[in-house]
Amino acid sequence: MELQRSMVDGSVCMKDSAKSEISSERTLYPYVTGTSIIGMKYKDGVILASDTAGSYGSTLRYKSVERIKQVGDHTLIGASGEISDFQEIMRYLDELILYDKMWDDGNSLGPKEVHNYLNRIMYNRRNKFNPLWNSLVLGGVKKGQKYLGTVNMIGTHYEDDHLATGFGNHLARPILRSEWREDLTFEEAVKLIEKCLLVLLYRDRSSINKFQIAKITDEGTTIFPPYALKTFWGFSHFQNPSKGAAGTW
Amino acid sequence: MALRGDWMYENNGGTCVAIAGIDYCVVAADTRLSVGYNILTRDHSKICSLADKVVLASSGFQGDIRALHKNLAARHLLYQHQHNKQMSCPAMGQLLSNTLYYKRFFPYYAFNVLGGLDNEGKGCVFTYDAVGSYERVGYSAQGSGSSLIMPVLDNQLKSPSPLLLPARDAVTPLSETEAVDLVKDVFASATERDIYTGDKLEIVVINASGIKREYLELRKD
Repeated sequence: MELQRSMVDGSVCMKDSAKSEISSERTLYPYVTGTSIIGMKYKDGVILASDTAGSYGSTLRYKSVERIKQVGDHTLIGASGEISDFQEIMRYLDELILYDKMWDDGNSLGPKEVHNYLNRIMYNRRNKFNPLWNSLVLGGVKKGQKYLGTVNMIGTHYEDDHLATGFGNHLARPILRSEWREDLTFEEAVKLIEKCLLVLLYRDRSSINKFQIAKITDEGTTIFPPYALKTFWGFSHFQNPSKGAAGTW
Repeated sequence: MALRGDWMYENNGGTCVAIAGIDYCVVAADTRLSVGYNILTRDHSKICSLADKVVLASSGFQGDIRALHKNLAARHLLYQHQHNKQMSCPAMGQLLSNTLYYKRFFPYYAFNVLGGLDNEGKGCVFTYDAVGSYERVGYSAQGSGSSLIMPVLDNQLKSPSPLLLPARDAVTPLSETEAVDLVKDVFASATERDIYTGDKLEIVVINASGIKREYLELRKD
């Protein structure tokens, strides 16, 4: 019985030379997870938004997780799902961008190319039964062309004018489907995004009141510092909840 | 979590149809991408133009479909480099079958219809299951709405029985516009009753002058 490292994917497992592998390391279930990401195109570029929570099951373990990161000059990526797998993905992408820069040929990878690369990584990991447990949103602008795409842990990918992952699909996208327009200004886009983020805050138990918005235009990328939204709890139903049932708590 | 299992697949829905005519072929598919009771996007193409005279439409698991289309497109490029000509529809038909069977024990969850013109310029449709079993037919439907559409096509296109001798051509005598109208009608009907079919219909027509694309809005509910 000994520890062996696989030549194929670097996973470690216990092997008995007489029998086949007994246990192995592969992603079976996620541990530290991020919740929804919302992304949408607007007049000058693309906006991504998320909260900064890293949940450990039902515990809100980490409250300052940056789930939106820059990839090269033209792309932003937002991740939900397993945070450590997101960090692994950033390693893949940073290496991709580095090699691209090292060519020093005046060319740079745009969001379409990065998305394609990511799609292949996610699909191939799924084929080896060792997925990166994430749903990712990729947004960017290159030479005036806006791009917004998504990919999930089994390799399903598509593009649209507005996207979301996880609970955002259920709560945010209906709002976006009804109120999104091609020519939103940045301020209008932020207002629309905040509307969606507020619904998620009220209704998604793994979200917290600390949000981060990032925008990308042809001029460049800005990831804004985290901030909180104003919530309202003064509904009559919440006042004096035990009114009709004396003695209850 | 299981090592294998149905977490690795999902059905993104959708329907594909192809009809072969005397000197044309119509390939059509809706553009809705769904998961469970959710719609992911309303504008996603399931159709891939593989060669001058070959068009593939697939429904099923979108990750596998995209990988399959990329695989075939790459193989077609290699073929062009090696043979200095485009692949014919029957050749691509065999290639697709082999590619699907290659993954017999971890299949591409893709239900395909291949359409195009054969070497004589006649309309050519091949229909497949997920592991590569295929047959040349006069028309076919695959995907979530196939069971709603096939009976209607059988009724309208009056396919002769494959048991007849001498073998009768299944290619329809309808004109190109009549076939396209039939496809539009058939999708409008499938959209009514199949929740995974709708949003928009993409119609591709292949004939001697090339490939033409057309779109039709479908019900979005």
